[in-house]
Amino acid sequence: MATLTIRDALNQALREELIRDENVFIMGEEVAEYDGAYKVTRGLWKEFGDKRVVDAPITELGFAGLGVGAAMAGLRPVIEFMTWNFSILAADQIINHAAKMLYMSGGEFNIPIVFRGPNGSAFQVSSQHSQALEALYANFPGLKVVMPSNAADAKGLLKSAIRDDNPVIFMEQERMYGMKGEVPEDDDFTIPLGVADVKREGTDCTIVARSMTVPMALDAAEKIREQFDVSVEVVDPRTIKPLDIDTIANSVRKTNRLVIVEESHAFASVGAEISHQIMETAFDHLDAPVKRISTAETPMPYAKNLEAAALPSVDKIIAAVKEVCYL
Amino acid sequence: MECSGILFIFADLQGLREDDILPKAATSRKPEKRANLTSAKGNGKASKGTATSAAFRDVEEAIKEYEDRKASQLRAIKTTDKKVLREMLYQMVLGRHFEEKCAEVYRMGKIGGFCHLYIGQEAIGVGSMTALEPSDMVITSYRDHVQAMVKGLSPESVMAELYGKEGGCVKGKGGSMHMFSKEHEFFGGHGIVGGQIGVATGMAYAAKYKNTGQVVLCFFGEAAVNQGIFHESLNMAELWGLPCIYICENNRYGMGTSQERAMSASSIARKAGSYEMANEFVDGMDVMAVRAATLRAIERARNESRPTLLEIRAYRYMGHSMSDPGNYRTREEIQKYQERDPIVLFKDSLKEAKVLSDKDFEQIEREAIEATDRALKFADESPFPDESELLTDVYA
Repeated sequence: MATLTIRDALNQALREELIRDENVFIMGEEVAEYDGAYKVTRGLWKEFGDKRVVDAPITELGFAGLGVGAAMAGLRPVIEFMTWNFSILAADQIINHAAKMLYMSGGEFNIPIVFRGPNGSAFQVSSQHSQALEALYANFPGLKVVMPSNAADAKGLLKSAIRDDNPVIFMEQERMYGMKGEVPEDDDFTIPLGVADVKREGTDCTIVARSMTVPMALDAAEKIREQFDVSVEVVDPRTIKPLDIDTIANSVRKTNRLVIVEESHAFASVGAEISHQIMETAFDHLDAPVKRISTAETPMPYAKNLEAAALPSVDKIIAAVKEVCYL
Repeated sequence: MECSGILFIFADLQGLREDDILPKAATSRKPEKRANLTSAKGNGKASKGTATSAAFRDVEEAIKEYEDRKASQLRAIKTTDKKVLREMLYQMVLGRHFEEKCAEVYRMGKIGGFCHLYIGQEAIGVGSMTALEPSDMVITSYRDHVQAMVKGLSPESVMAELYGKEGGCVKGKGGSMHMFSKEHEFFGGHGIVGGQIGVATGMAYAAKYKNTGQVVLCFFGEAAVNQGIFHESLNMAELWGLPCIYICENNRYGMGTSQERAMSASSIARKAGSYEMANEFVDGMDVMAVRAATLRAIERARNESRPTLLEIRAYRYMGHSMSDPGNYRTREEIQKYQERDPIVLFKDSLKEAKVLSDKDFEQIEREAIEATDRALKFADESPFPDESELLTDVYA
């Protein structure tokens, strides 16, 4: 095991896959000579050169489309969006082309591509740079959606995403790039897509969290144990689509209570989907209504206090757990 | 980088004058266009009058040059293999018959959804694609039936796809707009205006990356040129030297809106100049001119790894799709174009060049009719896809 930041774990995954498969290439804004806007691709251009690590013009729709065509013709592109906010410009290529190509070609052309970059809020970057878009992309059949929450998952899941034969939406979190964790050193270490992970075992209440809200949920779980002697289980789906609902339902069958924490807005969110699926699969096991913590239904404000008020927090999670546990 | 003057390989190669494609004088044209914009919308009669005046000017000039054009076609025919010429004519005639039958069976309810026909534009698909190697890649828009067949898909598999049957080239999952075949390097018909231009750019990127020697032909209509993806793609293709040939099939209308009501500039070919990309304006009624221009672009792509934009002007005889009543133009305008039909012109030239005779034409007609009949029979007899197919091919 090595201790790595999420940034470096992602970098290792990219580097190992570039070495492993010569059809893998990275394209995006500032990924090469600048070493990546968030330094996820640091050193890769120097090591692999212009052919494998490519600085694209600021032309999101264009280079997303280029990636789709390259994947159709046999390459395995890793397309970086400087942030997922900019993917909205490229949505036609992701949604209308990448997601549908295999189906509308009757199984002839699959699209092995990874679209990756930071998703959600950062540090006071305001309305147009703070969106969590996983529910949007998870809505479309044909796409897989992955959201790691620690360094090991980031590396193992990214390697699986690059090896996957489908378009994968890989969502990182800018606030988490510097977070450190233990990462296996095996070159072939991967984590399968579609498998949830129980990040903390507990018996009294389940918290389902993803990406940035996982460390928050773990922090909240520890505080709840200290203050109320309540045992909280934290489940991280890791892959939003396909969703490992079995692991979540099994946890709910054990704890009988569910809190879902997410950085996206609440309306039609992934949390809403999980809540619905739990109603279908574990309705009789619930002792309290499912509770959701989401970002406030407003574009993200700039002011530090307003931004904090809009986002999920440890305190909000603790309050939600108390509510479903009738404390 | 060459200067843009050299990059404009203009109409002198085809016997066309720049006047055919460029406005007489920008100053005199502007007010006319404004009047058009303000008066035409929502008023069928006014729209017809203004839309045809400019179009007629082009056509009258083009008809005057008909004989010149035929002479240049004759010269080209003399240097081309007879087998190739016969195949070109056959593909054009087949395309025409096939699409006419599509219109017929569409009206009978056998084809559903959208159905965009290629009638009148055959010289573009046939002239360009018969210049390719089989390993070269092709991608196009939703007006894709004929391109699919020219690239090698059987008429049976295309018609069965139109019928939404199991024997269709994509098993009934795509329909009229989405023909694909990996075996034939046919990367599909795509339904979002301009979307395939980005995908084509990536296909060319892959060809260069893997050094396969393949070139990409990418077809799109003139209305797609107003989409951002056109400009984003051309920029990258020239920047990175990608072996992609962008073929704008200028059929004058984006659905019901004429080019002059939708585009501030009249020359699409010249838009390539913004990216310092090689470009040509080509007469899309002359299949040999299309072939010659494509061969030049192929050489540039294959030997120099450089892209080209071809604006190939044709005229869509039918509506945008089968549901288009065509109220925005007159019957007279359509007839003007039909007088210089690409198939008629090509046949006349082939006959004059003594390459093919009336007997050969009859034989070709017969083959095309028989192939279309076989396709219709196959489509009729092919079963609908099994319902278990609903959820397959979503993920690889």
